[in-house]
Order: sequence, then structure tokens, then C-alpha cells
Amino acid sequence: MKTTEIAVIGAGPAGLSCAVEAARAGAKVTVLDENLKPGGQLFKQIHKFFGSREHKAGTRGFRIGEQLLSETEKLGVEVLLSSTVYGLYEDRLIAYIKDGKDNTLRAEKIVIATGASENALAFPGCTLPGVMGAGAAQTMINVNRVLPGKKVIMVGSGNVGLIVSYQLMQAGADVVALIEAAPKIGGYGVHAAKIRRAGVPIFVSTTIKEVLGEEMVEGVVTVELNEKWQPIEGTEREFEADTVCLAVGLSPLTELAWMAGCEFTFIPALGGHVPIHDKNMETTLPGIYVAGDITGVEEASSAMEEGRLAGVAAAESLGYIDAQKAEELKQQIWARLDALRTGPFGEGRFSAKLKQLNSRRLLA
Amino acid sequence: MRVIHHPILGDDTRVCNATITVDGRQIPAVEGEPIAAALLAAGIKKFRETPKHHKPRGIFCAIGRCTDCIMTVDGIPNVRTCITPVRDGMVIKTQKGLGEWSEAK
Repeated sequence: MKTTEIAVIGAGPAGLSCAVEAARAGAKVTVLDENLKPGGQLFKQIHKFFGSREHKAGTRGFRIGEQLLSETEKLGVEVLLSSTVYGLYEDRLIAYIKDGKDNTLRAEKIVIATGASENALAFPGCTLPGVMGAGAAQTMINVNRVLPGKKVIMVGSGNVGLIVSYQLMQAGADVVALIEAAPKIGGYGVHAAKIRRAGVPIFVSTTIKEVLGEEMVEGVVTVELNEKWQPIEGTEREFEADTVCLAVGLSPLTELAWMAGCEFTFIPALGGHVPIHDKNMETTLPGIYVAGDITGVEEASSAMEEGRLAGVAAAESLGYIDAQKAEELKQQIWARLDALRTGPFGEGRFSAKLKQLNSRRLLA
Repeated sequence: MRVIHHPILGDDTRVCNATITVDGRQIPAVEGEPIAAALLAAGIKKFRETPKHHKPRGIFCAIGRCTDCIMTVDGIPNVRTCITPVRDGMVIKTQKGLGEWSEAK
């Protein structure tokens, strides 16, 4: 059986940041990821990141991905790709499939950084080919360089819906309309203004009534909603479209943490059931850490900080960083995380994360 | 349709260096790209039919999670085409229901 000191599951922004931090301290780190390439969802993010300079604001997501990969390589971190982890067992035993073969890896510490997946939405026609996650469309255009369709209706006006709409236009698609069930736009005004300037109409208090088509999407009928979120008869609009993108939130990919036996708490603002963790990102199971969207859906910047935190904490627990130095590093990361969770969009997440931390105390 | 020119990412300089057969039709592809991408580039959106009601399904998540894009690839059913790389000469079939293992070579 293969052994390592710190096993990181998921080579996205959180997992790679964790690996870099722990390897820099001297720990032997192995990263596992089921994809062909590392980087998680960073390589489809071609927009400039927000935040401050420490958070690489102004740098495009895929450039941040390239930087992380080069650091990972320089530090000699082992990255096992096409390796699907399907089980976490007692004594930190990891089971994974690579090249159709079963493998096991025993680690002293495990960091679960599996990320999140996109939510679906139910309406007549929601299963037709052409209805897909906004992130799926983003992967297709920015990573695989193919257009999923020519005429797109975007559902959801959070930052994902707004940014992906713009990127679909950059890739050559026509975004016919963006609809939002809530009475106001969810994401940053600057992103909304950008797609409005480009001529995309945004309809708030509007949802999908049905998607037309037998074999694939051919059109979309929308309907307006009243203040009780009920459809208003007679307000239907019909659009010609071949693609419907759903930007209606994400859910943490928590299966491995459940399987390992971590305690969970339910926090809707973070995407539902999330594993309870302490300020070091350690779960209720000693030696098992979580980082990134699995701990609650935020964005890549906070995922990277949580990854660093888990990396420092895991390396410290193995004796690679002394307590004083570790405390110093952690203070810096906590401060940066707090900075990311401020403002009208961050405050909700700040209080949700506080609730998550406090739920650990309630268990005791 | 492929995105050849892009204001941020620049031109896509890859060339189609592989051919795959989808339900008997040959389509060009780039070796190593996900099967699903090659299919979309060729305008194919329906990847499978559901077992009971024979309803069409296509790409939903594109990151290997939802399994809506599964097809029968070289005789093996339930292959997630969004994360399985193209190899020259692959034979792909629109999957009916759960597919059949007996088709495997």
C-alpha cells in the first residue's frame, strides 16, 4: 500500500493551495484528483478576480491556476490525476480508482477539498438536451473551446449568471435574455452593467414557465412572478433559444466527509449540509480537514485561503511548523479570510461561517 | 461550433487530428479533448435515452458529476463523455437506457 503524510483530495484552488503550503513546510504531500488536469474550476474562470492585492485582484482566474500549478511542481508535490477517490475508511485509508484499477493510500492527515456542483431547477422541459449548468457552459467555451449553443437564456443573476453571460458573448454566442426570480439582481452591479451595455435584457421577478422542444431546446416561455413568487397569468414571453443555462447556486460535494463520519450542520447560506470544522479547518474527526467549497460555497479566493489554513494546520500537527510560526501564519490567513467576507455580499457568508464554527462548540 | 477566436484566450491553434464514429457517422475531433466537446462541436446534443420513457438527455454539469452525458464508448456503457478524452478511432453510440455490457469488446 502507498503511504503519504498529507493526502489532499481535489486539485482545485483549495487543494493546491493546501498542498503548496504544507509542502513548503517540508511535509510529504499527495494530491488526488479525478480529472485529467489539475486546477479544478480555475481554468474556466477567464475574468479578473475581485478583492485586494493579496487576493490577486485584477488577475484572471486561469493565470492564478497557472501560478498555483507551477508552485506545486517546484515544491515536488505528488499529484495523482485521473484518480477517483470513492472511499474514506478507518485510520485514514483512502480508496481510489486509477486507470480502471483499485488502489489504496494511507495518510497521516487528510484534507478533503472536493468543491461543489451546480444546482438544477425543475420546470417542464428541464431535462431536455440544451439545458445545462452555467458552469458547464463555461467549461465548454473556455476550457474545451466549443459553444454549447448560439442563442442562450441565462437563469439567475448572481455573479455566476452575470459573468458567464458575458463570457458566452465573448465566445460568440447570443445571450437572448437573463432572467431572475427575485425582484432584484443578485450579483455585482459592475457585472450586470457590463452585460446590459452589451444589449442583454435582464428580467427580474421572472422565471421559466416551460422549455419548448422534443429532442432538444427550441424555445423558452418565461412568466413574471408576483410578490408571493407566484406566476402572473398573461405575463408570458416566448423566446427562441437553443440553450438554457442555470446559474441557481451550488451545493458542496460532501459525500466523502459523510462517509468518513464527520459531523455536519445545516446552513442554507453555505449551500446546505456542511461539515463542521474548527478555526484550523479540522473536522470533528481528528486528522481530517476540509477546505474550499465543501465547507460552504464561496468563491476561489476564499477557497485558496482555507486551503492554506488547512495546509499550515496539518503541517503544524505533523511537527513541520512550530506553534509560534504556525500561529503567525494562521493569523495572517484569518485576517485575509475576514477581509473577503465583508461588504454587502460578504457579510452573510461571514455570519454563516461563524455559525458553522460555533456549531462545533454546541456539539461538546 | 468551435470557438476559434477569443478576445481573452486568443486563437485556438489546435487541429482536428482524430476521427471518432458516433452512431455510424464519422466526426472530426481533437485527440485528448473530452468526447462531449467533440460531439457539441459537431452539433450533437442528444447523448442518450432514458430507460423507461426514452427521453433524450445531454450535457448538464460537464465536470463528471451528474452522469447525464453517459454514452456507450468502444462497447462499454455508462462512460462519462464530459471527462473521457477522445482517442482516434473511438466508436461511440447514443446510449439506450442502461446500455448493454454484452456490447463490450
